[in-house]
Amino acid sequence: MGYNLTNLLYLVTIVTFILALRFLSSPAHARRGNQIGAAGMLVAIAVTFARSGLTSYWVIALGMLIGGGFGAFAARRVKMTAMPQMVALFNGVGGGAAALVSLAELHRILPEPGTPKVDIGLAIVLSALIGSISFAGSMIAFAKLQELIGGRPITYAGQQFVNAALFLGCAAAGIALVAGVQHEWLLWALVGGAAIFGILFVLPIGGADMPVVISLLNAFTGLAAAATGFELESNVLIVSGMLVGASGSLLTMMMGRAMNRSITNVLFGAFGKVTAEAAAVAAGDGGNVRSATPEDVAVMLAYAHKVVFVPGYGLAVAQAQHDVRQLADLLESKGVEVSYAIHPVAGRMPGHMNVLLAEANVPYTQLKEMDEANPEFSRTDVAVVVGANDVVNPDARSNKGSPIYGMPILNVDNAQAVVVLKRSMNPGFAGIDNPLFYNPKTVMLFGDAKESIVKLIQAVKTA
Amino acid sequence: MSHNTLLVFEVTILVLAIFLGIEVISKVPALLHTPLMSGTNAIHGIVIVGAMVVLGLPHKGPFTWIIGFVAVVLASANVVGGFVVTDRMLEMFKKRDKPEK
Repeated sequence: MGYNLTNLLYLVTIVTFILALRFLSSPAHARRGNQIGAAGMLVAIAVTFARSGLTSYWVIALGMLIGGGFGAFAARRVKMTAMPQMVALFNGVGGGAAALVSLAELHRILPEPGTPKVDIGLAIVLSALIGSISFAGSMIAFAKLQELIGGRPITYAGQQFVNAALFLGCAAAGIALVAGVQHEWLLWALVGGAAIFGILFVLPIGGADMPVVISLLNAFTGLAAAATGFELESNVLIVSGMLVGASGSLLTMMMGRAMNRSITNVLFGAFGKVTAEAAAVAAGDGGNVRSATPEDVAVMLAYAHKVVFVPGYGLAVAQAQHDVRQLADLLESKGVEVSYAIHPVAGRMPGHMNVLLAEANVPYTQLKEMDEANPEFSRTDVAVVVGANDVVNPDARSNKGSPIYGMPILNVDNAQAVVVLKRSMNPGFAGIDNPLFYNPKTVMLFGDAKESIVKLIQAVKTA
Repeated sequence: MSHNTLLVFEVTILVLAIFLGIEVISKVPALLHTPLMSGTNAIHGIVIVGAMVVLGLPHKGPFTWIIGFVAVVLASANVVGGFVVTDRMLEMFKKRDKPEK
């Protein structure tokens, strides 16, 4: 197939990708959009097979079978609660592929006399650097989310210095390559260094900041793919990569805004470090905590007019989404108005809670975003907080000393009563004290979220 | 087309893609942010085109064979996994699975 026809068909792929993103503006068409995008990807693959000068068809097909088989298997088997790590994994392999393509490209052009063109060299260096960081960083994010390694920030003395030195080293190798120093080992050093940088850079970031990290790594892989497009002079790679780059960057900024923290603070602040100090403060100004039985809570719920559930990462950990839905159905059958208030950074990735509740067949019309949910709390009888902590912490509004001061929160304390489902009084992931628990309006229902909800269902039935 | 002319074209579409991307993505509701992530994840799997071109090069040495093969495997996992997982998620978003009472 000739150059022009190939590129025209790639344009079809570009259009399908744009449509796929466009259709995501409403849950009603979103699935159709994704299918259109997948069809566009098939077109791109078929066109590439038909490109003039391509050889080794069978080996390519074999590679696709292995990779695609693994991808399909993993994607079918994964539980919705494990979605953040799955997204991290697929993101990482994409970044890894981009880095490898750049290694092979440099290997191909180096034997030519003279230096590679500056722009091609720059593209190779960038996709190797970004792709490699994205690959290694995503793998660490995956390991953290899968709990293969501890989710708490890992810090050591001089960490920032080591990271900075490593990054500068990679940048120096990159500049040397672009300037025309023709040594392939420089690119290997760059790829290796960037991978170590990716590892060290994600390790100190706490689990609660994962929504930001995953969005950022998503943007990185997109940018790496776009850089690969410049190497191979391929429009479809440039446009698609950049669409992803723009999307990831936008999401990263949104997540940062939802936490009222700058991206630099999230990436280099090692948020969990505040644990010790905050916990010390927490021990000091305790106050009375009211604990309730499932029966008490069931009566509150059964005689309410309006109940709002506020899910957090604890819901995912306990896998309680189906039980919450059952409880909500039961309440609705008793004439109670039920909705769900969802904070943008609840969970471990953007939109995590929405996916879990959708899995439990909660109609998406009941899932309210923060701006929509907050005015509703004043006419809510009971707000039920399931495994959320920081996103409902009133200190973010009023306590200037709190590490999360300024973060927009769900104002559950405006409701008539608040029920908090929580394992114990241990501070949450970030280790920050939460005065909501000491509020006279609040009752605590201690125990595993799933078990508590099951008990509540029983109790509501008899209430 | 000379190399520089091509480069200018490429930079032009790159910049247009940035604006297009921001425009399209800012219309995606927070409700669908996870499918957006996994959907864009699948889209950056387009790097498979690059991996195929590398592995499909004529007269390649063992180095390119290995690197290209691994790249194709990784990129296809990215593409298939990304689209399948997104489809599974979007299938779940329903208005109401039973009529209103």
